[in-house]
Amino acid sequence: MISVLAVEIPYWGQSLLRVLGGLVAVLLPAGAIVYLFLFKMMSFMQSRLGPMEAGPYGSMQLLAEVGKWLQKEDISPDNVDKTVFKLAPVVVLLSTFLLIVVVPFGPEAVFADLDAGVFYFLAVGSVSVLGILMAGWASANKYSLLGGLRAAGQLIAYELPMVLATLGVVIQAESMNLNRIVEVQNTEAIFGFEWLGNPFVITQFLGFLIFMIAVQAELTQPPFDMPIAESELVSGYMTEYSGFRFLMFFIAEFATAGVFAFIAATLFLGGWGVPFEWFGWDNLDDVSWWMNIVGPLILFTKMLALVFVIMWVRFTYPRFREDQLQTFAWKFLIPLSLANIAVTAILKVAV
Amino acid sequence: MPKVPGLVKGLGVTLGIFGRTVKDGANTVQYPHEKESPPIRARGVIALHEDNCTACMLCSRSCPDWCIYIEGHKQLAPPRRAGGKPRQVNHLDRFDIDYALCMYCGICVEVCPFDALFWSPEYEYSEPKIADLLHDKEKLGEWMETVPEAPELEAGAGK
Amino acid sequence: MTELSERQQLSYIASQAADARLNVELETEGMTLNIGPQHPATHGTLRIIARLDGEQVVWAEPSAGYMHRGYEKLTEVRTFPQVTTLINRIDWLGSFANEVPFILAAEKLMEIEAPPRAQVIRTILFELSRIANVSLFLGDLGVQMGATTPAFLAFRDREYVLNLIESATGGRFHPNFDRIGGLKDDLPKGWINETTAVVKRLIGFCDENEDLLFGNEIFQSRMRGIGVIPAHVAEEYGLSGANLRASGVDYDLRRDNPVGLAWDKADWKVWTHPDGDSWARCWIRLQETRESCKIVLQLLEQIPAGPIMTKVPRIIKVPEGEAYVSTENPLGEMGYYVVSKGDLGPFRVKIRSASFNNISITPWVLKGVYVPDIITILASLYFILGDIDR
Repeated sequence: MISVLAVEIPYWGQSLLRVLGGLVAVLLPAGAIVYLFLFKMMSFMQSRLGPMEAGPYGSMQLLAEVGKWLQKEDISPDNVDKTVFKLAPVVVLLSTFLLIVVVPFGPEAVFADLDAGVFYFLAVGSVSVLGILMAGWASANKYSLLGGLRAAGQLIAYELPMVLATLGVVIQAESMNLNRIVEVQNTEAIFGFEWLGNPFVITQFLGFLIFMIAVQAELTQPPFDMPIAESELVSGYMTEYSGFRFLMFFIAEFATAGVFAFIAATLFLGGWGVPFEWFGWDNLDDVSWWMNIVGPLILFTKMLALVFVIMWVRFTYPRFREDQLQTFAWKFLIPLSLANIAVTAILKVAV
Repeated sequence: MPKVPGLVKGLGVTLGIFGRTVKDGANTVQYPHEKESPPIRARGVIALHEDNCTACMLCSRSCPDWCIYIEGHKQLAPPRRAGGKPRQVNHLDRFDIDYALCMYCGICVEVCPFDALFWSPEYEYSEPKIADLLHDKEKLGEWMETVPEAPELEAGAGK
Repeated sequence: MTELSERQQLSYIASQAADARLNVELETEGMTLNIGPQHPATHGTLRIIARLDGEQVVWAEPSAGYMHRGYEKLTEVRTFPQVTTLINRIDWLGSFANEVPFILAAEKLMEIEAPPRAQVIRTILFELSRIANVSLFLGDLGVQMGATTPAFLAFRDREYVLNLIESATGGRFHPNFDRIGGLKDDLPKGWINETTAVVKRLIGFCDENEDLLFGNEIFQSRMRGIGVIPAHVAEEYGLSGANLRASGVDYDLRRDNPVGLAWDKADWKVWTHPDGDSWARCWIRLQETRESCKIVLQLLEQIPAGPIMTKVPRIIKVPEGEAYVSTENPLGEMGYYVVSKGDLGPFRVKIRSASFNNISITPWVLKGVYVPDIITILASLYFILGDIDR
């Protein structure tokens, strides 16, 4: 039995809390991202207001959209592989939920404090490829097939730079535990200047850039959205989906954006923490209990800032061609991230 | 000055529009709450001044897709002067325009020799049922109130 | 075996050849991808049948006719004033420009000429509809490549142009303003000042678009070197408009044959580009939008006073004869061959629309490109479905 806020909770209660917490941790960012960025920011960048009718400033639009999708017919075309077709969105959404498991929201507010957290999220992040391939293959549609294959090629190509960019952080933090990485960022100092801690975005700026580009590609957002390319492949692997299965893809897309931004914030921006110097904490055990409440808010804010950048790029850039994307990944990003690792390693040993 | 890469410039453009929309408001109009007023000449709906119509059928014949239906009969009207002969006038029984067919070309308004048809910029007359788009002469007559004066012409317009 | 037309035979041979190439060289099975008739990249209902080898196109053919409305036949049962209503809808984005060559052809038959004021106003409206048309192209270019923002900017600024056209002609999309012998109405008061402001805004839009889209390195890498059409091929396939000028052929009917319109009164430039790729076609259109703005600004200051209509009979009967007039429309050369037998309406009209010829090059230019390039090449060729199918 463990205690949360000094209350003893039985095991089933913990599990229930974790499930509920997971739902909130996945759906709340997804909702916030869709409303704030997809509805409002995109509209404002295009000189319009976006949804305004449902609720004040259209804030209830999300519920209306979800309601719309839920009441639509769940169509599965004639020649589809029924089981795989129906399973695919679940697999995609599942990968999002698996990702949130290791994200630390506070010193103790983490679903599973794995020692190899970085390793885990890199592994689990690729599960969605499986779902997308399943969707593309099972749809019995040439556009979907092309989209699915493109997605597979793209996600695998960008998995590597992501891994390599993360390695720089791991080398610097000397740990694969995400909470330890947060602690390191908030206790160390840059050139003896302790007040800001040491967010790795400064020392690992190249890694951060590569990571964000890879995230953009993992999320299949423009300029890397060839798998869904609505003007050529008519939404690619999602072409044949309708109703709540499409909704699952949709939620997965934006929830994954949120989760990846959480992870990027954890790896590079100091995660849930503020520099421990501010409150005189020395290490993770010193941190006051209230950081479990404030920490998620801090992380959420950092997530929003990162998603803003992701979406800003999304609404500005046209998309690459598939071969250009592969060239960019294999001939530019991967060598660059390898160089980044080498430099980080040398500096780590030398300094 | 070094050349700013296009990728960065593009981000600047979208951010600039974002800022402008926040500051000055959007370029769009929230339709049912605020309405744009169409220009005076806008071809919204055709209004019928029934008294001027003589059921001469010119409009009906010149309509490119024949969406004007006119029926009329000749009848005797009281004489203008006392003691004169009763005049024979064309009485309009039916004047329907099927807006489901109308192409809004304006030829009927143009050919009308008696100034019985006018354009009104009114545009809000969509109907849930397509049959209701057939406006009869009473409804067409009601549009007369919305017909604006013709606009003044630009300088140099000759006669 | 049933008799095949020569065209069908050719396409059959081509598809067999494609199969042979696939089987011999790569020993893979090809895939036939139907792009359209319902597809976001086809601006309507164009169908492109493409045989793919992986993502590479081995053989492609456009299949038009899904939106054929039979305008050539319809005009035979309409009177001359009624025809302008119909032909407005051929290229629905630059609709005023559609009316002009037809009216000019009819005027040529009747041996009358519109008064100078009408000619200048016609040219201004012509260029405004070109701006309305091409600005949408500039925005749509982004959408074809996944960038949604340029499209909204294009719609935003195109709205002002449409408002201008509406306040002058009454029709937003389908003005039906041109008449044999002149124009329907004179300009309303204040229109010239409004137009000056709007056209200046449109020049700003061109700059913005250049920063947002044309300057973007991703956009350039998608466009440069893709879909190259050499000058002689472009001429052989009968390309016209910006597509031809992008291949380096200096041919613009506005300069070379300004019949009955006032382009020669303005100082402007015909842009050409030596490359002939997708980038060149888009870039030429961007420059032409700027040139159009310049033409409008210059012509607005030169509108002569006077009537806008010559004397024409109330019921128009065009004397017997034939005439062909073509102008440089937003999409390219558009011409009407009008045969009259002295009736109220034309006896026969042949419409030479630009897009039909422009997309006829797709089998040639799409060979060997990737699927995403199909979209960019189609976007850069810029067709409007009504203009293909009439």
